[in-house]
Order: sequence, then structure tokens, then C-alpha cells
Amino acid sequence: MSSFASAFAGGLQIGLSAALFLLLDGRIAGISGLVAGLARPAGEGPAGEAWRTGCAFLAGLVLGPPVFALLAGGWPVMWIEASLPVLAFAGLLVGFGTRLGSGCTSGHGVCGLARLSPRSAVAVAVFLGSGMLTVALGRVLA
Amino acid sequence: MPMLRLAAALLSGLLSGIGLALSGLLDPARVRGFLDVTGAWDPTLAFVLAGAVTASSLGTALARRLRGPFLADAFDWPTRTRIDRPLVLGAALFGIGWGLSGFCPGPAVAALSTGLRPVIVFVAAMLVGMAAHGALRRGLPSR
Repeated sequence: MSSFASAFAGGLQIGLSAALFLLLDGRIAGISGLVAGLARPAGEGPAGEAWRTGCAFLAGLVLGPPVFALLAGGWPVMWIEASLPVLAFAGLLVGFGTRLGSGCTSGHGVCGLARLSPRSAVAVAVFLGSGMLTVALGRVLA
Repeated sequence: MPMLRLAAALLSGLLSGIGLALSGLLDPARVRGFLDVTGAWDPTLAFVLAGAVTASSLGTALARRLRGPFLADAFDWPTRTRIDRPLVLGAALFGIGWGLSGFCPGPAVAALSTGLRPVIVFVAAMLVGMAAHGALRRGLPSR
């Protein structure tokens, strides 16, 4: 499969996953929100059920690449250029920023754009813009 | 707690993780190539977003016609509509971290399965960043 076709097919799967989670569980499949939700106590009743389904979704997400490796006969290529200190700094920014901005590429991108949410459209434009600016600046400074 | 609801969530997550691996979004170098518009720009990942939003839009359109989801009581739609400073500032900070690393939360969590140390460092720092936001918010007067 060409890289364009596999990108589109993979994208369809990601979107189908969000559609399933919405239609079955009634929730937005925003990964930063689900991860942050783990910090809340599980508890009883509807909140506890939401906590457990969030856990199940994230467990499935972690299992995705190994299952892909089994089906495709090899792990997908991963090349991590950034050093450990840069990754740690970037992780802090991603964690803090996605909470402050109420979402990431999945919640604002995949789900928010599908809902035609103006708030999500602004968030996507801003994080795409600042991501592109960051890479461009890194290129100049390197 | 119906087992079916847990199984559905697990399956949804699994589909997303497989999609991330197939699409190339799991690879930070590819993601940074997509963001590198002034350099060696790799536009293929725009097709991931196109595919994802297409399928997600169909799901949303269907959901809007239903009284409720199949396995839970009600749809939990986002309620906030105001485009405010936290939204813009948060998205800007997230974008910087995304550009530096090539990781956003979904692929980073999915990549934990590789056991690679850089992935673990990134996700651990991400959790600290989330906790810092939670602590800061509790310390501030309520909005």
C-alpha cells in the first residue's frame, strides 16, 4: 500500500474508533481527557463506569501496535529524534497544554472537527501553527 | 457494570491503536516531517486527518439522530463553546511540545507497548504536566 493509502486507511480506523466510542459509550474519544481522567478516583455509579471504560479504551490503544505487528508481520517504523531531556520538556508542555486547552489531536482534531465545533477548529489551527513554527525554528537554530 | 460496555471500549481503543500504527502517526519523525512546512514537508499525514474526520463525522451525524448511545445512558457532548484564553494558550503550548517531540497523547500512549525508554520518559513527563495543571487549577479561585 502506498503511504498515502495507508495514511488514509489508518485515519479511517482512527475515525471509526471515535465513532464507535461515541455511538456505544456516548463519549468523545479524546486521549488527553481519558488519560487525565485516570487520576480521578474510580468510585461507584456512572462516574466509576466512565472511569473503567476509559481504562479499557486506553488498554486497547496500547494493545494496538502489537496487534498491528502480528497482523502486518512487523512493527511499524518509529524514529525518535529528540533527546531524553527534550522529550521530558516536550511531555510537560503536551500534558499541561492539552489540559489547559481541553484537548489534543484526537479530542479537538478527530472529534471536534467532526462536530464542526468552532472551539476545536481554533484549537487545531493554533496547535498546528505552533507545532509548525516550533519545527521551523528548530531548523533555523540547528 | 455490563461487560459489553468494557469490551466495546477496549475494541474501540484497539482499532485506534492499529490505525495509528498503519497510518504512520506513531512515528515521531513522520509527524515532525508533516509539521516541517518550511523544510522537507511530508504531506501524507494530512490524509490521516482527512480519513479520521470523515469516519468520525459519519459517527457524529448518526449519533445526533439517536436518543442516546447504545451502551450508556446519555451522550456526553462537550458543553463549552467560548473561545477563550486558556483554549488558545493551551493549544499553543501543546503544539510546541508536539513539534519538539513528534508525539501527541494518542500515539505516545499507544507507543508505550514498544517499551522504548524515550516513550516512557515522554509519557511520564506528560502525566506530570497534567498533574501540574490540576494542582494549579485547584490553587486558583474557581472560574
